[in-house]
Amino acid sequence: MAQTIDARPGDTPTVEAGAPLIHPLLVRITHWVNAGAMTMMIMSGWRIYNASPLFDFRFPPGLTLGGWLGGALAWHFAAMWLLAANGTAYLAYGLVSGHFRRDFLPLDPAAVWRDFMSALRFRLAHRPGHYNAVQRLLYAAVIVIAATAILSGLAIWKPVQLEVLTALLGGYEGARRVHFLAMSGIVGFVMVHLALVAVVPRTLPPMITGRAPRQAFGVEAPR
Amino acid sequence: MSLFSLRRAIRPADIRPELARIERRLFLRQGLSLGALTLLTGCDLSDDDATDRVLSAMSRWNDRVQAALFDPHRLAPTYSEADITTPFPFNAYYGEDEAPVLDGATYKLELSGLIADRRPWSLAELRQLPQRSQITRHICVEGWSAIGKWGGVPLRSFLERIGADTRARYVGFRCADKYYSSIDMATALHPQTLLALDFPDGPRPTKYGYPLKLRVPTKLGFKNPKFIAAMFVTNDYPGGYWEDQGYNWFSGS
Repeated sequence: MAQTIDARPGDTPTVEAGAPLIHPLLVRITHWVNAGAMTMMIMSGWRIYNASPLFDFRFPPGLTLGGWLGGALAWHFAAMWLLAANGTAYLAYGLVSGHFRRDFLPLDPAAVWRDFMSALRFRLAHRPGHYNAVQRLLYAAVIVIAATAILSGLAIWKPVQLEVLTALLGGYEGARRVHFLAMSGIVGFVMVHLALVAVVPRTLPPMITGRAPRQAFGVEAPR
Repeated sequence: MSLFSLRRAIRPADIRPELARIERRLFLRQGLSLGALTLLTGCDLSDDDATDRVLSAMSRWNDRVQAALFDPHRLAPTYSEADITTPFPFNAYYGEDEAPVLDGATYKLELSGLIADRRPWSLAELRQLPQRSQITRHICVEGWSAIGKWGGVPLRSFLERIGADTRARYVGFRCADKYYSSIDMATALHPQTLLALDFPDGPRPTKYGYPLKLRVPTKLGFKNPKFIAAMFVTNDYPGGYWEDQGYNWFSGS
């Protein structure tokens, strides 16, 4: 049974005695640390935004973190270190282990379209341990968007010391907008991500235990 | 965990007076909503103090990181006259009509601390010193920014003229509006840091801090005190009006 999951050539066997390993330990740890750090960054960021809104709205204070601008800034600039350390560990692992190359690539537009249309008809088979083309696109995209959020955040934080970076992002005021857009992209990703977990709840346990429950495969329709 | 190692790593001179730390802690505590805390940590409010200690320690850590990132020779971007924001926003912890009105004729800048020649300076004397002006972006901690032109005495040349100990850690300012703030010596010696007399081209209107404002284009707006009444040089952390309430002290751009 495990072979039907990890049948792609070049894959190292990830099967142990029990259920197959879907998410390695480092991916699981960084996933949940990232979830916490991102939540802190976004909620405190909304409070900072509220101090001088770019657009004609404010975030509901109940959804923000920090209580006032000074508190929100303290959270934002503390959580950024957690986000950065965690993100660095994840990126290093993804590059060195081959996780990115193996699981996110190739990104074939035709396959993305095919899987996207299947998903809309609720006909997309989910195979634990294997990302479909839409997932590949989303996961690769959110990494790029998160990198944009970090770079634009640095540009706002240090527009003098990092003048070149800030200029590349449209100057201080441009970088503020890029930072807001990147946040919006991340929030959009999280909403789709959570919706899909709600639709296919059996994808949740492997992100905690690392392994898919055996019964998850019983209902699996191989493509 | 690392809380104690972080605190131990802080040099004794970095440690602010205990009273100020408690005040800051209390203030941050007021800022934490119960909902946010329970959502994020699953803890009750008894963990509040620990949260504040971590946030304060991280802010001190960020002071040190920013001091290391600060390049004393890197200039803030400058702009053209056409880029100047008009009207320039008024910003203070009080309303515009509460801004103090100072008499330029009797004004004296008081000096104290690690300074050889502490005699006070009149505006006329300050104007006799070599002046510099530049058009730079003022970035507020709230996020907005505005471009303005400030002219005055480079703080570096003033510190040298009065025989300030430029190896000291801090330059502090006390203001006529009860505001106070302080900056690191490296920033005080930066070529664009000015004791600004002119805004934009002549003496500043009252609400913009007449007669003397510190202009630091490498720091956030709240590190640019207005209505300066006294300046001092010290090795003891002087804090600041907002800094003591939880804003990051270095707040460099």
